[in-house]
Amino acid sequence: MSTQIQDERKVLTIPSPKAKLREIAIADRMNSSLEEATPVQERRIKIETRNLNFFYGKQQALFDNNLQIDDKRVTAIIGPSGCGKSTHLRVYNRIFELYGGQRTTGEVLIDGKNILDPNVDLLELRRKIGMIFQKPTPFPMTVFENIAYPLRLHFKLGKSEIADRVEESLRNASLWEEVKDKLGTSGLALSGGQQQRLCIARAIAVQPEVLLMDEPTSAIDPVVTLKIEETILELKKRFTIVIVTHNMQQAGRVSDYTAFFYRGKIVEFGETSQVFTNPREKKTEEYITGRFG
Amino acid sequence: MKRRSPVFRKIEERAARVVSILILTVSLGAMLGIIGTTLIRGLPVLSWSFITQPSKPYGIESSGIANAFQGTLYITAMATLITLPLAVLGGIWLAEFGRNSRLGNAIRFCANVMMGIPSIITGLFIYAVWVVPTGHFSGFAGSLALGIIMFPIVLRTTEDMLLLVPDSLREASLALGMNRVRATLQVVCRSAKSGLITGILMAFARVSGETAPLLFTALWSNSWCGHYFSGPTANLPVLITEYTTNSPYEAQHAAGWGAALVMMIVILALNLLVRYFFTERKA
Repeated sequence: MSTQIQDERKVLTIPSPKAKLREIAIADRMNSSLEEATPVQERRIKIETRNLNFFYGKQQALFDNNLQIDDKRVTAIIGPSGCGKSTHLRVYNRIFELYGGQRTTGEVLIDGKNILDPNVDLLELRRKIGMIFQKPTPFPMTVFENIAYPLRLHFKLGKSEIADRVEESLRNASLWEEVKDKLGTSGLALSGGQQQRLCIARAIAVQPEVLLMDEPTSAIDPVVTLKIEETILELKKRFTIVIVTHNMQQAGRVSDYTAFFYRGKIVEFGETSQVFTNPREKKTEEYITGRFG
Repeated sequence: MKRRSPVFRKIEERAARVVSILILTVSLGAMLGIIGTTLIRGLPVLSWSFITQPSKPYGIESSGIANAFQGTLYITAMATLITLPLAVLGGIWLAEFGRNSRLGNAIRFCANVMMGIPSIITGLFIYAVWVVPTGHFSGFAGSLALGIIMFPIVLRTTEDMLLLVPDSLREASLALGMNRVRATLQVVCRSAKSGLITGILMAFARVSGETAPLLFTALWSNSWCGHYFSGPTANLPVLITEYTTNSPYEAQHAAGWGAALVMMIVILALNLLVRYFFTERKA
């Protein structure tokens, strides 16, 4: 008992940022174990879309999407090509606004706040909602700077704190061991799978609450795909994850909930086990059994 | 099924190869011919004093080209200095912000038209709006003319190079909470860096050999460029024109070839530099 207390004191009295991070990590772990213990009915809704419609110019791509996404769970969005999966996802951080002529109606509530409100601070919204893309998108900088640069944009940190955060993020993306000796090389020099994990590390470095993944493994080989899936399962303890995927096995492996999209509508939404083993809708069953798509 | 005889396909392929080799020979021959002639005629003139001494009036034997080289450097450098910020920023705007806007399309159209304007007309224009009102030829007027020629080239290559950067990189930057300015300068422009430098060097090399616009603006002088802003300024292209066409003296004809050789070497070096950046980009 007494040694335990001493140990704790040791951790607490060292004022280094690393120790602080460790504290946070411990607290996180405690939180997540608490989460696991909480009964299912006390789930917290993180994202809620209400009658979300989306238009590419005059063409409507999403029709009255109503969806509730739970906090610290993985929600998969599946459906055939062109069904609006990515379009739906890209509303959550309003990245679609980069291009003209695209607009939405309806509401997307994140923690109860409508993020489609024009007064929302986009930079802060996008810090809170990270995104991983289909193709890895490392910046033309060193591995270290890929993570440090966005970090510095959002946080005032000393040099050693930044180094700690970079290491922490890379560890969480299970990339640290592979790149710890080449932090100074260009991010573009990494392999595809490493680049994608670098992007994950970069996204979680700025401490988001939600991670959006738009087919994150479709350009990645099967072995690394499994590695990334393991990472996702690890990350869901701290983040709410929404993943668009073409790969139904993947949805089955990583997600708690699954939404099936078809022609811009949400056909079915429920717990992944239910959607896959006992779908309510005929269309869902047809898609899952591979009769179309 | 009836098979088609492969003979015709084989002949076709052979014919294509012969034509390609023919075209290669012609273009390579032209280039080697130009380089060879310039070397043969220019090399005998090259000497230390030729490169370090200023030019002298017609009839004086031992003249150099140093003042013209200096002038060309001043004129093109100033042209680049004036044009570069505008053209690069304009190109960035076209690629990043005005992609499909009406204003963007109008600017793009104007730049394309500008690129097609004969350079002598640009020279005439500066003559009318700068040389005549100020009352004298000047190196600066030459810079203005070259700057106008450079502008659309740099603008369009900047735009083209930035458009090569995939949109996913822009999205990734914004998705991390970067603003547009940072995403553009720190990520997009950085990705296109070597392409941008290539475009700028190419424009620089292109205008450093322009002659016609300088005839109306910088004109020509035998002194060092002390009067860059207020008087005629020596420069290589006009020196070559003057020496090889207007001078009655054999020595000056030869000096013209020497100057041509020097200019060719410098521009060749610039182009090699461009290639260096270009291959680095691919790697």
